Amino acid sequence: MQLVLSEDQELLAKTAADFASERSPLARTRALRDASDPVGFSRPLWKEMAELGWVGIPFPEAYGGAGMGFSELAVVLEALGRVLAPEPFLSSVVLGGQALLRAGSETQKKEWLPRLVAGDALLALAHQEKGSRYDLQRVDTRARREGDGYVLSGEKIAVLDGSAADAFVVAARTAGGAADAAGISLFLVPARTQGVRIERQWRVDSRNAAIVRFDNARVPPGALLGSEGEGLATLEQVVDLATAALCAEMLGSMSEAFARTIHYLKNRIQFGVPIGSFQGLKHRAAWMFTEIELCRSAVMGAVRALDAGDADATKHVSLAKAKCSETAILVGNEAIQMHGGIGMTDEHEIGFFLKRARVAELTFGDAAWHRARWARLCGY
Amino acid sequence: MADLEAFRGEVQRWIAANAPASLKGYTFADDGDANWGGKKATYAVPELKQWLDVMASRGWTAPTWPKEYGGGGLSSEEAKVLRQELAAQKLPPALIGFGLEMIGPTLLRYGTEAQKRQHIPGIVRGEVRWCQGYSEPDSGSDLASLKTRAERQGDHFVVNGTKVWTSYGDKSDWIFALVRTDPTAKKQDGITFLLIDMSTPGVSVRPIKLISGKSPFCETRFDDVRVPVANVISEINAGWSVAKALLGFERNMIADTFGSSRGGDSARRGSRLANLGRRHGLGEEGGALTDPVLRDEIARVEIDERAFGLTIQRSRDAAKAGHQPGPESSIFKLYGTELNMRRTALSVRIAGPQALGWEGPGYDDEELDLTRQWLRARGNSIEGGTSEVQLNIIAKRVLGLPD
Repeated sequence: MQLVLSEDQELLAKTAADFASERSPLARTRALRDASDPVGFSRPLWKEMAELGWVGIPFPEAYGGAGMGFSELAVVLEALGRVLAPEPFLSSVVLGGQALLRAGSETQKKEWLPRLVAGDALLALAHQEKGSRYDLQRVDTRARREGDGYVLSGEKIAVLDGSAADAFVVAARTAGGAADAAGISLFLVPARTQGVRIERQWRVDSRNAAIVRFDNARVPPGALLGSEGEGLATLEQVVDLATAALCAEMLGSMSEAFARTIHYLKNRIQFGVPIGSFQGLKHRAAWMFTEIELCRSAVMGAVRALDAGDADATKHVSLAKAKCSETAILVGNEAIQMHGGIGMTDEHEIGFFLKRARVAELTFGDAAWHRARWARLCGY
Repeated sequence: MADLEAFRGEVQRWIAANAPASLKGYTFADDGDANWGGKKATYAVPELKQWLDVMASRGWTAPTWPKEYGGGGLSSEEAKVLRQELAAQKLPPALIGFGLEMIGPTLLRYGTEAQKRQHIPGIVRGEVRWCQGYSEPDSGSDLASLKTRAERQGDHFVVNGTKVWTSYGDKSDWIFALVRTDPTAKKQDGITFLLIDMSTPGVSVRPIKLISGKSPFCETRFDDVRVPVANVISEINAGWSVAKALLGFERNMIADTFGSSRGGDSARRGSRLANLGRRHGLGEEGGALTDPVLRDEIARVEIDERAFGLTIQRSRDAAKAGHQPGPESSIFKLYGTELNMRRTALSVRIAGPQALGWEGPGYDDEELDLTRQWLRARGNSIEGGTSEVQLNIIAKRVLGLPD
């Protein structure tokens, strides 16, 4: 693998950076929050991103996609991460969309993917439950056979962009106990299905997340995604992809929070000099820079390993998430500390970075969780 | 690419014909035993000298240096192929040292034609071993404050002063030294970069014992040492910029030492730290370690090492793609040495009471080595520019923070 951007990727990065700064300043995210916007992101802007080809990056041309990989998607997500853009890449393009792409039948893919790629339909993945934390095989939602279809019962939480989704990919148990690896099935469930209730959650980063309840929700046999009882492998695969994508976003956010902090250190005058001349701050800034550089390498390694189908890809993903989780929090905390009192105010934008960093850290496993997974994958 | 593959075939045939078979898989007992060359060189087995001589005869001890000075004249791609093939055959380095890594590249950039012809071939053939005369008892991080005086008398300088931390000074033939030639100028502007033959009358060397019990460093004294003016590199009083360029080569060398084994495929091999733990009561072969805290710390060190290896690779890939060196290269010395310190300290904690031996019964060689390596590594963040100086450099040159 080559850890350098190709010319096409450089161009994509430039386009995305220009778009982010012109069309999506951080003030937009603030306005969505202040309006308690029920969707939490902008549907017109999402449509524009689809027209730019970004939504279709990791989908085959047969479904209207660009047939590119996560190395390209990461470049876009990094640029959008810099402005904390809340559009539903993780939920629709990666979690829902990739589950459908990898496990779905041709009929299911033809029905959903072209509309998804065009920015006209949104998918979300409903897998997490209260108390399941980051354990993908802890699934208590049940799907029992009835007639030739299934009936779903249970409650999913923190469904990313759940209150805007047109359909859910739902992890539900068709066999086994709550912590068994076997017996988990995936279902494609339209949001308007009877017995499905969606409730918007309000989280610290103000992005869209929802509780999705299934109260004897009946779905036809064609709703099953992949083979019955064998959903865990797909779940693990798409969450790995989403983790790498999230790391790319985190890389962008931490880079921007750091750049803003360095700018502040150069311009804030105390004791008659810029505070950036103090060694107590310089050394901490240099350490942050060092850690961010390592995160960049880790993210580039992870998305390239995934694109190449490398046997070590899972390890690379845990490496990236462990590094990015700690560094995002480090930078988020230091950014506020170095901004001083103004950094504590809601009026200033720097606090938005720490809020998003905390949510990203605790999504798909924090640093300690990924180090434990690394140890397990390395055999100790 | 076809040319490169042809070259690979040539290298493979050459190695098969010339490398002593007994050296495959050979490892040196420690850093000090490696092939450093020089007039006082000793070799654990005669094949090591033979290996040096055949490699030097092709200039492959310095693969990318120009052929006219005895180097291999290879492109960087060809040199990489050579490295890969030597590694594939598990052959030990034919020659290492500060000649190859520090003064050689400096001479190629700043030396006169006569100086290159005088010194480079001897470095390539491993005939002359070099040491570094930079730090002084009162000039550590503040290197430019150095006081070793060189007073001109006709065609010679007369040098007086003391250098410290001259690595392997007692085993070296020549020293490249920073000397003060103008005490009245601003401190950086009165320094000259001078090559000194260690056999000149007035040069004396005393080894310094470290907390690890070993003595890789020396104190080198100059008492009225007469050095030809022709041994000045670049101009008189212009030594500081040469000195800084050489420090760049030195940091690359240090980063390479700590980073080269961490990139690429290292994660595919078993965890050395976990295996160390299993040998010291932390669990069964193939199972999870029984101490969750040490397990987490092992993963943390390994993850950081891998991320560091990827960063070195990223820097090399960018260079190959024709980009200017990016800011990432400035962190190599800092992070590589800190990682080595973390790994060696963690190794001691994993081995537990068995890492406490200094010598004698009850401890095997590996355990005794862990103790010494931990202590030796404490110097990593000091030698070659302290971590604090590296942080200052990053803050100033990369981040642009004001003085």
